Amino acid sequence: MTETSWTPSARQRERDTFRRRQSSRRTAVALGSTVLVLGLLAYVVLSSPGWPRVRDAYFDWSEAKSVLPLVLRGFEVNVRLFLAAEVTILIVALLVAFVRVLPFAGLAPLKVLAVVYTDVSRGTPTLLVVYLVGFGLPALRLQGVPSSLFWLAVTALTFSYGGYVAEVLRAGIISVHPSQWASGRSLGLSYTQTMRSVVLPQALRRVLPPLVNDFASLQKDTALVSVIGVVEALRQAQIRSARDFNFTPYVVAAVGFILLTIPFARLTDWLSLRMTRRDQGAA
Amino acid sequence: MTLLRLADVRKRFGTAEVLRGVDLAVDAGQVVCLIGASGSGKSTLLRCTNLLETVDDGVVELAGRDITDPRVDANAVRREIGMVFQAYNLFPHLSVLDNVCLAPRRLRRLSKGEAQDRARELLARFGLADKAQAYPDSLSGGQQQRAALVRALAMSPTLLLLDEITSALDPELVGEVLDAIRALRTDGMTVVMATHEMAFARDVADRVAFLHDGRVLEEGPAAQVLADPAHERTGVFLRRFRAG
Repeated sequence: MTETSWTPSARQRERDTFRRRQSSRRTAVALGSTVLVLGLLAYVVLSSPGWPRVRDAYFDWSEAKSVLPLVLRGFEVNVRLFLAAEVTILIVALLVAFVRVLPFAGLAPLKVLAVVYTDVSRGTPTLLVVYLVGFGLPALRLQGVPSSLFWLAVTALTFSYGGYVAEVLRAGIISVHPSQWASGRSLGLSYTQTMRSVVLPQALRRVLPPLVNDFASLQKDTALVSVIGVVEALRQAQIRSARDFNFTPYVVAAVGFILLTIPFARLTDWLSLRMTRRDQGAA
Repeated sequence: MTLLRLADVRKRFGTAEVLRGVDLAVDAGQVVCLIGASGSGKSTLLRCTNLLETVDDGVVELAGRDITDPRVDANAVRREIGMVFQAYNLFPHLSVLDNVCLAPRRLRRLSKGEAQDRARELLARFGLADKAQAYPDSLSGGQQQRAALVRALAMSPTLLLLDEITSALDPELVGEVLDAIRALRTDGMTVVMATHEMAFARDVADRVAFLHDGRVLEEGPAAQVLADPAHERTGVFLRRFRAG
C-alpha cells in the first residue's frame, strides 16, 4: 500500500475535461431555461391588463407591514394547534394501526371499530368535522369534554387526520419483511417487543415522507378551525381584510403558511437522506 | 479474437484503492474465472466492465471499442453485456417470465408473444419451464439464480459477467447453477466469472486470473494456475482456500 495515488493518464485527463465541460454545459442549460420560464411567467402576470388593480388589492406594502404583527400573533395559535395535534394524532394513529395489524383474534370488535373509524375519518371533510366537533360536542354537556375552543379544535383535527396517519403507519408496518419478525421472535423477544424494537423503527423510516406530507397538510388545515371562532392567522387576516377592504392580509397569511412548512420539509429531506445513506451502507 | 480487454484499470472508493492497474484480456468464446480473496477487487472489476462503476483511469475495450469513453452510451453497451449478481436481484414484483421478458420487450422491441416464446424456450433449457408464472420469492435459491441467468441471456449478450453467483447457494444447489454455465460454454458464450469454486474453475474455465491487492497477479490456463501457480501469492491463496 505504498502507492497511494498515480498520475492520471493523458486519456483520463481528456475524459475528465470532457466531463467537466459536459457538466458546465448542463448547468448553463438548466440555469438558462429556469430564468427564461420564470421571466416569462413574471412578464405574463405583470403585463396583464388587471395587474395594477391586483397589485393594489393584494400586494399593498404598507398594508402588509401594518398587518404583519397581527397575523404573526395569529400564527402563534396555528403553531400551538398543530404541535398539540401532531402529538395526539400520532397517539391515536399508532393505536389504530396496532389494533389493525395485531394478530390476536380476541381483538376482533376493536378491529371492526378501527376500520369504521378509518373510513369515517378519511371520508368526512375536515371542515365538516370541525363544525360537528366544535358545535356538537359542547352541546352534549358531557363531563370531561374539553370546553376550550383550542382543545375542541385539536380534537377535530385529531379525528380527521388520525385515519390518514393510521393507514400510513399500518402500510409501513406491513411493508417490513416477515423475516424481521422471525429474527426478532427467534431471539426470544415477545410480539410487542419485536414490534417496538425491530419492526416499528424500520416502518417509521420508510413512511417518514408520507407522514410529513400529512403533517404539512395538517399545518395548513389549522386554518379551518377559524370557522368555529378560533382566532388564528387566517381569522386575523380576515378581520383586517374586512376592515381595510384590501386582500393583502390574506397574502401575508399565505406567505406565513408557506414559510411554516419549509423548515419542516428541509428537516425531513435531511433525515431521509441520512437514513438512505445509512441503509445503503455508503459512508 | 480478443472480445474484452482491460488495460491499467484503476478505481478507488474514497481513500480505498480497489483496482490498482488491472490488465486482462478475454478471447471470444472463453470462460475466464477470477479468483482471489474477498476485497481483492473481483466484483469491482466486473462492475467497471459493465459500466456500473466509472473507472478512474485506464481502458475497458469491448470488441476493440473503448467503452469507458464518456461519449459512449452506457445503456447501449450494457445491452450487449449480461450480468448476474450474487444476490440474484430478480425483480420481486414480476413473475419469472416477466423478469425475463422485460428487457427484450423494452429494448429489443420484441412483441409480447415473441419475447415470451423465447423466454419459455430459455427457461425450459435451464429447467424452469414450470416456473414461468411463479414469483421470485417462491423459488429456491438455485432456481432464482438460474432465472437470473436466463434473464441476462434473453438479451443475447456477447459477454456474460457472473459475480460470485453460487456464493449464496446451498452446496446441493450450486451444482445446478454450475451445470448451466457449463452448457453456456458449449454454446460458445464468453463468460467472465468471479468465483470461489476452484474445482469448477479447473474443470470448466479456459483461463484463470488471480486478483491480489487490486491487480491481476497471475493469469493463465486454468489447470496451470490452479495446480502449479507461478506466483507465490497465488499458491498461498490456494492453500489457504483448500485448508478453509
